Amino acid sequence: MQVNTMKCQHCEKPATFHITELTGNTPEELHLCEEHARMYLMQADQPEEPVPTIAGALAQHLKISQTAEELSSLDQESCPVCGITFYEFRHVGRLGCPHDYVHFEQELEPLIVNVHGSTAHVGKKPEQGSTDTDARTELIQLRKQMQDAIAKEDYEKASEMRDRINKINNE
Amino acid sequence: MSIDELAPKCGEWLKGSGPESDIVISSRIRLARNLADFPFIRKCSDTDRIEIENTLHKAVAKIDSWQERVEYVDVSDLSELDRQFLMERQLISREHSEGSGARSVAIDSSEQFSLMINEEDHLRIQVMQSGFDLHTSYDFIDQIDNLIEQNVNFAFHARLGYLTACPTNVGTGMRVSVMLHLPALVMTREIDRVLRSMTKINLAVRGLYGEGSQAMGDFYQISNQVTLGRSERDLIDQISEVVPVIIEYERNARAFLKQESRNELNDKVKRALGILNSAESISSEETMHLLSSVRMGVNLGILDNVQIPTINKLFIHTQPAHLQKLHGMELSSADRNAARAQHLRRSLQN
Ligand SMILES: [Zn+2]
Ligand SMILES: [Zn+2]
Repeated sequence: MQVNTMKCQHCEKPATFHITELTGNTPEELHLCEEHARMYLMQADQPEEPVPTIAGALAQHLKISQTAEELSSLDQESCPVCGITFYEFRHVGRLGCPHDYVHFEQELEPLIVNVHGSTAHVGKKPEQGSTDTDARTELIQLRKQMQDAIAKEDYEKASEMRDRINKINNE
Repeated sequence: MSIDELAPKCGEWLKGSGPESDIVISSRIRLARNLADFPFIRKCSDTDRIEIENTLHKAVAKIDSWQERVEYVDVSDLSELDRQFLMERQLISREHSEGSGARSVAIDSSEQFSLMINEEDHLRIQVMQSGFDLHTSYDFIDQIDNLIEQNVNFAFHARLGYLTACPTNVGTGMRVSVMLHLPALVMTREIDRVLRSMTKINLAVRGLYGEGSQAMGDFYQISNQVTLGRSERDLIDQISEVVPVIIEYERNARAFLKQESRNELNDKVKRALGILNSAESISSEETMHLLSSVRMGVNLGILDNVQIPTINKLFIHTQPAHLQKLHGMELSSADRNAARAQHLRRSLQN
């Protein structure tokens, strides 16, 4: 049996990735080296964004730095504001609310360093108050409680929530 | 302005003017922003999405100088064809087109900017320009961002900057993309080497894809990967330094081809125009490849009876949704190929 003598379709390196593309009419076999496979997958995935596999990158990072138990308890950790679990974030690569950057600060840091090579913003700041907006996440919770109250037809509670939201908004 | 009125026109960014526009098709800057008092899209209820839309619509309506300029399109209410049309026109992204739930786009009448609402982030501001002048584009988008920000609270973290649904955009929330036409580097097979050097300096490179995700050859987009730890101006300076290097490589390759394989080059260019001028049926991919050769031929003075703006416009108008909108009806793939050939003959013969 031959072992891995196939060359990459785009260069002289050995093809270590064998991809079957199913998007066309007939399945297409691609044989690529690691570098070209990465280029191919980045292009095929999402035409807009250059870093599509963030969840994958993160999962990879976690695999080397955490034990299985550590990872499974981390996965169950959830944000008190939006309820997203770390497991959900790892799988979809999207966060649930601005407070996740505070709640999962430590867990996100290695990933952010990996992507950006930095941990601090040095660019533009909002003109009106360049301070943290985390206090406003209270509004996310109040709005959720209001929507829940409406769903349960508890209109008294809903209007109480509405008043509190308006009060914060007018401060 | 309705989508049907938009179809026969073409955006400012396709007019083929601006610095280096023989090689740089267009420059685009995008800012990702989220409202501080709402969850990110993934955790939004239907009510939240509607409220986000209302909040942003109100904030935009307060900008007096835009009253005549900006038009809303409710993306959730559009047919698949109309959504594809806006995507071909680069006014909305694939994610926005194929998403679900309340979402909309505000379109500037000259198509110099668009505001996608409820895309991956609550707001994506996008500025498009013909040719290569990122500093002017940044001044423009910065001003748009400031105008909207006067009326809303964007999620911001003292250390991490603007907060985005995906940590790959956090910080500036800015993605700068430059679309380059590099046919000579492709012909001389130097393209891989040139592009590989880009990824080493943290810039992403991707080919342009058409129907069925087959590469359309000679178009490449360069964009920044990093959004945190460098200022907007810094990121723009970096791309502004790198792109001229690629332009130089492409110019050298064109000069080389003109000198060393003049006959082959002339043949390739004139055949391309010949096919476009006379085909009875033609696919979108073949059209792209041939228009690419013709475009290079015009820029090298091999062809003088075709104008660059005409070709730039054809790149967009021969794409499936545009073709169907211009034709006024939905067409099968075979009918599209015939309609495309007819459209090309008409546009190139007068
Ligand atoms: Zn390879
Ligand atoms: Zn959250």
